[in-house]
Amino acid sequence: MAVRAQYEGSNDVGVFATLTNSYCLTALGASENFHSVFESEVGEVIPVVHCSIAGTSIIGRLTAGNRHGLIVPNSTTDQELQHIRNALPDAVKVVRVEERLSALGNVIACNDYVALVHPDLDRETEEIIMDTLNVEVFRQTIADNVLVGSYCALSNRGGLIHPGTSVTDQDELSSLLQIPLVAGTVNRGSDVIGAGMVVNDWVAVCGMDTTSTELAVIDQIFGFQEQQQSFLPAEFL
Amino acid sequence: MDPSMQGVFQMTEDMASQQAQAMEAAQQYILCCECGMQITPNPARMCVSCIRSRVDITDGIPKSVALFHCKGCGRYSNPPKGWLVAQLESRELLSLCLRKLTGLSKVRLVDAGFIWTEPHSKRVKVRLVIQKEVLSDVILQQEFIVEFVVRNEFCSDCHRIEAKDTWNAVVQVRQKVPHKKTFYHLEQIIIKHKAHAKTTRISSVSDGVDFFFGSSHDARRFVNFLESVVPIRTKTSQRLISQDFNSNTYNFKYTYSVEIIPVCKNDIVCMSPQVSHREGHISPVCLCTQVGTVLHFIDPFTLQIAHVRNALFWQHPFNAIASHGSLIEFIVMDVEPVYDEHHNEVTNGKFLLVNVVVVRANELETGGQEFQTRSHLGHILRYGDTVLGFDFTTANVNDEYFNRLDTSNFPDVILVRKSHAERRKRRRGRNFKLKYLAKEEDGAGDGWNGHWERRRRRRRRCC
Repeated sequence: MAVRAQYEGSNDVGVFATLTNSYCLTALGASENFHSVFESEVGEVIPVVHCSIAGTSIIGRLTAGNRHGLIVPNSTTDQELQHIRNALPDAVKVVRVEERLSALGNVIACNDYVALVHPDLDRETEEIIMDTLNVEVFRQTIADNVLVGSYCALSNRGGLIHPGTSVTDQDELSSLLQIPLVAGTVNRGSDVIGAGMVVNDWVAVCGMDTTSTELAVIDQIFGFQEQQQSFLPAEFL
Repeated sequence: MDPSMQGVFQMTEDMASQQAQAMEAAQQYILCCECGMQITPNPARMCVSCIRSRVDITDGIPKSVALFHCKGCGRYSNPPKGWLVAQLESRELLSLCLRKLTGLSKVRLVDAGFIWTEPHSKRVKVRLVIQKEVLSDVILQQEFIVEFVVRNEFCSDCHRIEAKDTWNAVVQVRQKVPHKKTFYHLEQIIIKHKAHAKTTRISSVSDGVDFFFGSSHDARRFVNFLESVVPIRTKTSQRLISQDFNSNTYNFKYTYSVEIIPVCKNDIVCMSPQVSHREGHISPVCLCTQVGTVLHFIDPFTLQIAHVRNALFWQHPFNAIASHGSLIEFIVMDVEPVYDEHHNEVTNGKFLLVNVVVVRANELETGGQEFQTRSHLGHILRYGDTVLGFDFTTANVNDEYFNRLDTSNFPDVILVRKSHAERRKRRRGRNFKLKYLAKEEDGAGDGWNGHWERRRRRRRRCC
């Protein structure tokens, strides 16, 4: 199921939240509205945790994680790291990495099995990603953009990628990830998918501007609407 | 949808190359984020109709504009203050229409043209095609029509013509001499250079001509033109017609008083002592050989030459003591060159000094008095020629400077120029037609035209 949310007037929910199948991080804000959306959608199943990274609220862009683990940048303070470790389930490994490309959310896109990373990422970081997140790692670009985390949103059932991705690229990525992919947009035509939405295997949260067409595509590709009759064309199913 | 409202996407270059790649692989589609229609990806991620429903690129461009047209002269108002002559459906009118459209600077104008309208409808329709970048990197092109309503507004020039108030500046050209030779000459020069093109009226008055202009600027130019042609003295004055204290504007009428030097070619003058001293102590009584921007004088008894500048003349002005009308005809009886101490002829190239014996033409048969004199016309004088000269024996010269001179050893006759009266009589009229300025007579009677009329009448009598 896909829902719309807003963080203090901003539609870029992917910037202020990280959502996986085993936990959810949300940014500390002036109001609880944003947090409550996650609390009501996934709060009964997984922990929804308030946190900050390096004192900022852009946690979605600074961290990358899946069911198995969470990677935070070197700028994370000890207290923040301790707080996250305390709040997350014990099975989730939380690792702080020394990486030049510190906006890890922008350079890593992953589900529970595969991760696409920025081509210039350190070899050491790649090793840590493999160990922590328990994934295969591929250095890839999406529609000639190196910031793979910004331009796609992945779950274990499907993925939404940059609207400019060519059909051949889509096929290649799809065969790497072993999930169906579709090119699309969020937030009324925005192509920064990763920043515009967060998704796990049963829920997706997108910005308030997302149109019903976009929501329908999201529902379809992430498999939230399998039993319903869709109005979408055949190649989008 | 209105066919004129059809728009097309213009891709930016990198988008075009991306699309070319996409085309060669396989047709790639996304859904329009608004309506869900399948589209090829574009920078706005929206279909054309959705973009069009969100943004209007003609926003800020008025669709109906007033165009002011003067019934009197048929010109169109060209803000801020000009008026423009333009035919319907002409380039000038199109550029005027486009200039009147505000907001065109924010878009790219691709095409503009007129749509035919019935002239009496007082409507001018212009079809415009504009492009503008909307959202991000999407260039939208749209065609639309702007209707210009032609409104009547009498232009200020026509107002003034109606009010019989057509001039702002007048150039009063005067020469205080009894004849009009200079003005006939000036008339031909003015026609040749079309210097009178901006005049609203030319009127002939005694002693000169008035040239009226619509603006003081044009009058000033005319005065500059005169300065380059004849030696003049100018005085400018202005009369306040109206004023507006609030906007600090003043309305003046300007008068340029131009006085031409009262000395003409072939005039005998008596220079003021200051001038004659300044010009190498030339004999004060001498002959004007040429009037350009400076005055050229020659002493016919010594061939000494003087060039008097305009400024110097007005510092110490002098008058002609004999001109055109007061010359009489003499017959040359004898010509003898003058030799200097080296037995060479005295000459300065153009002129040759000779001793001449003349008698008055009207006394030739009765055996009149012979006059011995010197002349600078040695090159052209032959025995039996008719020559025009000034006879001091019978003259009553009334000149301030001449009266102070010692004239005891002064020759009785000064020869001015050779007369070609006989030859001229034989020739019948000009081979070309002389052009005239359209002048009005200004009441007083002794104007330019009056003088000319009298001359023509006199001529007709002769023939």
